[in-house]
Amino acid sequence: MATKGTVRGVIANMVTLKVDGPVAQNEICYIETGGDKLMSEVIKVVGENVYVQVFESTRGLKVGSQAEFTGHMLEVTLGPGMLSHNYDGLQNDLDKMTGVFLKRGEYTYALDNDRLWKFEPIAKVGDKVRASDWLGKVEENFQPLKIMAPFQLEGEYTVRKIAAEGEYRIIDEIAVLENAKGDTVSVNMIQKWPVKVAMTNYREKPRPFKLLETGVRSIDTLNPIVEGGTGFIPGPFGTGKTVLQHAISKQAEADIVVIAACGERANEVVEIFTEFPELDDPHTGRKLMERTIIIANTSNMPVAAREASVYTAMAISEYYRSMGLRVLLMADSTSRWAQALREMSNRMEELPGPDAFPMDISSIIANFYGRAGYVYLNNGQPGSITFIGTVSPAGGNLKEPVTENTKKVARCFYALEQERADRKRYPAINPIDSYSKYLDYPEFDKYITDRIDSNWIGKVNELKTRLLRGKEISEQINILGDDGVPVDYHVTFWKSELIDFIVLQQDAFDEIDAVTPMERQVTIVDRVIDICHTEFRFDTFLEVIDYFKRVINLCKQMNYQLFESEKYFEYEKELKALLAERKTA
Amino acid sequence: MTTKAFQKIYTKISQITKATCSLKAQGVGYDELAVIDGRLAQVVKIVGDDVTLQVFEGTGGIPTNAEVVFMGKAPSLKVSDSLAGRFFNAYGDPIDGGPAVEGTEVEIGGPSVNPVRRKQPSELIATGIAGIDLNNTLVSGQKIPFFADPDQPFNQVMATVAMRAKADKIILGGMGMTNDDYLYFKNVFSNAGAMDRIIGFMNTTEDPAVERLLVPDMALTAAEYFAVQKDEKVLVLLSDMTSYADALAIVSNRMDQIPSKDSMPGSLYSDLAKIYEKAVQFPSGGSITIIAVTTLSGGDITHAVPDNTGYITEGQLFLRRDSDIGKVIVDPFRSLSRLKQLVNGKKTRADHPQVMNAAVRLYADASNAKTKVENGFDLTDYDQRALDFAHDYSEKLLAIDVNLDTTEMLDVTWGLFAKYFKPDEVNIKAALVEQYWPK
Repeated sequence: MATKGTVRGVIANMVTLKVDGPVAQNEICYIETGGDKLMSEVIKVVGENVYVQVFESTRGLKVGSQAEFTGHMLEVTLGPGMLSHNYDGLQNDLDKMTGVFLKRGEYTYALDNDRLWKFEPIAKVGDKVRASDWLGKVEENFQPLKIMAPFQLEGEYTVRKIAAEGEYRIIDEIAVLENAKGDTVSVNMIQKWPVKVAMTNYREKPRPFKLLETGVRSIDTLNPIVEGGTGFIPGPFGTGKTVLQHAISKQAEADIVVIAACGERANEVVEIFTEFPELDDPHTGRKLMERTIIIANTSNMPVAAREASVYTAMAISEYYRSMGLRVLLMADSTSRWAQALREMSNRMEELPGPDAFPMDISSIIANFYGRAGYVYLNNGQPGSITFIGTVSPAGGNLKEPVTENTKKVARCFYALEQERADRKRYPAINPIDSYSKYLDYPEFDKYITDRIDSNWIGKVNELKTRLLRGKEISEQINILGDDGVPVDYHVTFWKSELIDFIVLQQDAFDEIDAVTPMERQVTIVDRVIDICHTEFRFDTFLEVIDYFKRVINLCKQMNYQLFESEKYFEYEKELKALLAERKTA
Repeated sequence: MTTKAFQKIYTKISQITKATCSLKAQGVGYDELAVIDGRLAQVVKIVGDDVTLQVFEGTGGIPTNAEVVFMGKAPSLKVSDSLAGRFFNAYGDPIDGGPAVEGTEVEIGGPSVNPVRRKQPSELIATGIAGIDLNNTLVSGQKIPFFADPDQPFNQVMATVAMRAKADKIILGGMGMTNDDYLYFKNVFSNAGAMDRIIGFMNTTEDPAVERLLVPDMALTAAEYFAVQKDEKVLVLLSDMTSYADALAIVSNRMDQIPSKDSMPGSLYSDLAKIYEKAVQFPSGGSITIIAVTTLSGGDITHAVPDNTGYITEGQLFLRRDSDIGKVIVDPFRSLSRLKQLVNGKKTRADHPQVMNAAVRLYADASNAKTKVENGFDLTDYDQRALDFAHDYSEKLLAIDVNLDTTEMLDVTWGLFAKYFKPDEVNIKAALVEQYWPK
């Protein structure tokens, strides 16, 4: 019999229940008030008192209200039919909800039980299978989805029955499995999974090495992220975090994109709802929305569900990874999630850690980032979850607990900088503070050598060195004055400005400049490095400034043109002529 | 507040702090209102039989045997068309001498709009102020605060914006507003003959601080009525949100909560987001736009209130006194409207985005040149031109007394480009230069 509880106390969204039976940590229960059932999660147990966080408003809740426990943790329901859907943090389908306003206690089903799917078997009768092994496939929005053996299966089972090719609903039986003891399991297309538990249904998790193209030059060229890699973007407000995240989710070469809008602005989610159905995926030419799932827990939605939303997004990503797909998971912002934890910890009167965050914030963040990665599944096929989170540091100060703890676990760091944003140098990723640890991976070096050029990483490092040198010189000029430094200092400085303007700065709102495929990035880098290696003749620093402004202008005009179009070549010719003017020998 | 005959009256208060009272009571709902010694209070904590009430007016003079009656409902407002033209206090009671408003009773601080039922904002709000329209265009359904020091004329600018914006209703939520500023707003509105479009919920500096916690929810409940039921474009002015946050801090402190940054409650982000996220564009045409004021202390935006606000709102507008022209300008560096790209170059002329960015870049060059002057270095010819440009740009465009339409603003900017620079110095797409560079 299910455990029942009675409300004893209410402080905002934390409720104390007196229970009459066993309960588990993180177990879900529903509290009844005024005809609504409020979904809640156990966060602490003290004797017969159970503390739960309510995923809804507790307005009007009274002492004595009844609660019923479900016996399971917060789960997602997984199956075909999730792509291009908009869910809230608890995986309720937002489009199925009635009315303009969110109604308390309204829960909607994430899938569609009536829709027919064209099923093709992969497994044969007599095959031995384990949890998550592929039994068959269906196609959704041109993505090959796998129907897998139940994730909870223990040990080896034999396929006794498998459905023939044909049309089935997700609730129809598509296979029967039997183990050595003679227990049989009927399998349909639906899986359930507790969101806070990591799926480890793979054979191995090697170091990731494959470049994940994002079309953003200051990422792909300077600090690349890889398939199955982790990265984070901290930045004060107004530095372009969200624009950058949207650019990555639009352009990245992934099969599935899961966007967790966690405690952020509703209008930003609306932007995705509005634009993604119209925009083309630059890699397949299909609509972006077809490969996208949005988990929206905007800042005005209940705080406890905000914490759940990132886990919901991760569990959904893991589901697709188990099918051998490349998943990109974006979470904006992980700071809001950490703040949700802080609010609860505060209400439970726990002793606070730094900045009043809970003491275990570092392990919570580390465990979450650890769920991403590149894996080889049990059948040897690769699959990946690339995770990029944003962090909104209080006061723009990177020495705060969420940023510091994320820095320990994420391998790429894209520091957005107020000063660059103020000067409209977008994307405002600071080229010197940011890093990608993947540049040091020999696996990545080999991958990039095979595909681009054996000296690519050498070139990237040269760009970085020149940017750093440029920054040093600009500081010296500020102290000593334009006349106080030799003319070649100005040349070196302006060569670094060329890199900044042409490689780093990119117009996210220009149709062409917004996305630069890797092939084009290589030509841009080669051209810029070529100019950097050229010796020029100058008598005064004024000549340097004037000349480089013209060079930058031409290179920029090239960036705005279609690659290798007529106009593009015209500007290139003009650039060559300009370079010839002052080239020495 | 009248009490009903069957309601149970409690008369034994067990604990009193400056802002809260506790007593033993049964059958009380969370968030429920109560009347304690004639003052309004709200349930903020229930532990078994112990109920803690937040008393809006403060607890001064409340005796331990005061009468407490629970009202069985959360704070609410009666909404109808007759709200228009009226001024109320934080509880929604008239303060303009008029009769009480009849209408449907709605609980304030209601649920959020389902994000999939929103529409992407796309309508420009013209203010005539170039520092806003040109560089930081406002869009209906947006939420944006002025970040300003207390001595800056934010209320005047806000009143100007409100009068020029084509809104069906303007709802003013005053929190800790001085009586003088309240009268100023009233005066501006009535001089403009706009009184029938105005609704005010006022908590002035003369009223108890905790009361102002009700003001934004009151204002937004009225706004939702007009935007949802009447499909009207509603502009909500909230001044000042820092006073609101201060009241939150007082209450959380009295409830022994562990403060986070700057003595603010750990839930500050969610508390502010609940208010600002009421800004919305509905597909039916109704909208709620929020323009707020966050006063800063000495321009410090890293303080918890402006910092959290910046992460919630869709940009912020900074006012600054420009010593070169002796006027207040909208600071082009630190101001930002996040929704501007939804209208710039789409609802305005195609050259808008590039012209705006180029002008700000050149203005930044001028500020570098200024640093050079301060450090005693010689200026190049370019530096000098940038400085001259910046002076004109401040005077003709950034100053808050400017009143132009957007196309005029663009033409003025092109004129300034041509006066001081060569086409390849402004870094604008060649096709646009060809079309708009004054010959």
